[in-house]
Amino acid sequence: MSPVGAVVRKELRTYFASPIAYVVAGVFLLLLGLLLFLPILAISNQSLQMLRLQGNLPDINLNQLVLRPAFANMAVVMLLLVPMLTMRLFAEEKKLKTMELLLTSPLTITDIVVGKFVAAFAVFAGMLALTALGTAALGAIADLRWAPVGTAYLGVLLLGGVFLSVGLLASGLTENQVIAVVLSFGFLLLIWLFDWVGQLVGESPFGKLLSYLSPLGHFDNLVKGLVDTKDLVYFAAAIIFSLFLTHRVIESQRWR
Amino acid sequence: MIQVEHLTKRYGPKTAIDDVTFAVEKGEVLAFLGPNGAGKTTTMRILAGSLPATSGTARVAGYDCFDQPMEVKRVIGYLPEIPPLYTEMTVTEYLTFASRIKAVPASQIANAVDQVMQRLGLGEVRGRLIANLSRGFKQRVGLAQALVHNPPVLILDEPTAGLDPKQIIEIRELIRELAGSHTIILSTHILPEATAVARRVVIIHEGRIVAQDSQERLSARLRRSEKVSLMLKAPPPEARDQLALLPGALSVQQEDANTFLVEAELGRDLRDDLARFVVARRWGLLELKLVTITLEDVFLRLTQEEPASESVLHSASQEGDSDTGEVQV
Ligand SMILES: Nc1ncnc2c1ncn2[C@@H]1O[C@H](COP(=O)(O)OP(=O)(O)OP(=O)(O)O)[C@@H](O)[C@H]1O
Ligand SMILES: [Mg+2]
Repeated sequence: MSPVGAVVRKELRTYFASPIAYVVAGVFLLLLGLLLFLPILAISNQSLQMLRLQGNLPDINLNQLVLRPAFANMAVVMLLLVPMLTMRLFAEEKKLKTMELLLTSPLTITDIVVGKFVAAFAVFAGMLALTALGTAALGAIADLRWAPVGTAYLGVLLLGGVFLSVGLLASGLTENQVIAVVLSFGFLLLIWLFDWVGQLVGESPFGKLLSYLSPLGHFDNLVKGLVDTKDLVYFAAAIIFSLFLTHRVIESQRWR
Repeated sequence: MIQVEHLTKRYGPKTAIDDVTFAVEKGEVLAFLGPNGAGKTTTMRILAGSLPATSGTARVAGYDCFDQPMEVKRVIGYLPEIPPLYTEMTVTEYLTFASRIKAVPASQIANAVDQVMQRLGLGEVRGRLIANLSRGFKQRVGLAQALVHNPPVLILDEPTAGLDPKQIIEIRELIRELAGSHTIILSTHILPEATAVARRVVIIHEGRIVAQDSQERLSARLRRSEKVSLMLKAPPPEARDQLALLPGALSVQQEDANTFLVEAELGRDLRDDLARFVVARRWGLLELKLVTITLEDVFLRLTQEEPASESVLHSASQEGDSDTGEVQV
């Protein structure tokens, strides 16, 4: 087995052995269920009212009215929950002193960082796959356009990747899991705010740069169904950059 | 097999090891002896490639620990000071993971794990969570991790810490068994431990090597006389001079008002003579004991005195207090 494979398997095993992943997945699914269900409830009430008053059903675009807001809210839920998936990854290794086992085995730091990221990403993707059941159920009873749903899922997956890589970096900075979570929130809110600040700054190159650096605009494009290489490049670069920083952090800690 | 040359490591302003040079031959067992904070762990971490040195070189099996860390990591088995255990795994799971990251071929992993568990007596706890194991078993699992890929070089940081006496003997036997086919460097702060397993001992103190020699020569050097400590209730002012007249007494030192240290040549036990001498004079014998050599004595002497001018020597008793004959009247 490749060294990365060994790390991935160990991390996956640890995820399923601890309650954290189940709790995070449970809360994630519950909140998403509500995010899908509440707008549907609102729409059906509205429709019933219109049926009573006007005698006919309005033309409802479920993609527009239900899925897009649901995906936008999903980003917030992810901001809160994804750091819980990554907090343990390095902090605990350092606390338990098991980092020394990894660092004195024939593994590179890249193997370790990539292995941990891949495992966390797989768990996140698994959670997302479960939400797809809800979406599919909605699609079965209502009229959905699948292409934008697909790109929105891609957006969630990539946004999750960015959040996970930032969370991994935060975990690499400390041996305290609570601090790792708080740092992740800090970093993620900061890049989130870039978008907002960028809009305040306006049309200047600096404002554009700030907006570009925030994942929100890129995510929004995918949710709208627009697939642009520029956005895909952003996600890939953001993930690779965070992982690179994580590598530097872990490497530099050996010197102390 | 292991060459360390002028190795220095500083943590900020603090120098942990200072210009350390030693070598270990293939198949040799070398004990690294030193008190807390001497720099044993620091040296071993550098050898294992988990810590870069500030200056100097360390080579294992011909590979430079800094420039060729991958090659070094492939040939070593390392037991850190704190066993690196994933407490939420079972013993089997942990050792399987360890053999995977240590590049044991997939087809041989199960076999390697079985063998090392048998060797360290872990069979009965194979399915238990590491978190629930006793300290001694945890230490053994840590040792198993260092051995599972059968590396030619073993770096063991206090391998017997936390073990009970029976297990300590077992682990020492294991180390002796591994010697010859393996090159082993182990650290300890217990003198008998070092002399029990290693032919050669390196003594390190405050980051510097203060002595390195074969076990026989080191103990010969440390044991050049026997020393007896004597506590008296009412010694007259001339007690010291009178004690010096006792046949066999080489020198007498007065430690405080009531305590004297009487030195005799190697192999001569003065306790019986001293007791009779003191009792006959009615000085009130309170305590009489053979002074055993402690690691602290070794350090004090090796660090504070020139070895050539050593004259004060304690009787070396290798198994701690097993033969401190105490007489209390
Ligand atoms: N990360 C660190 N930062 C600063 N100083 C350190 C660090 N690690 C070790 N030291 C210092 O370096 C010196 C050598 O420590 P080391 O752990 O190598 O000693 P040791 O011989 O293994 O001691 P012990 O028997 O207690 O295990 C000590 O004075 C220690 O305080
Ligand atoms: Mg130590």
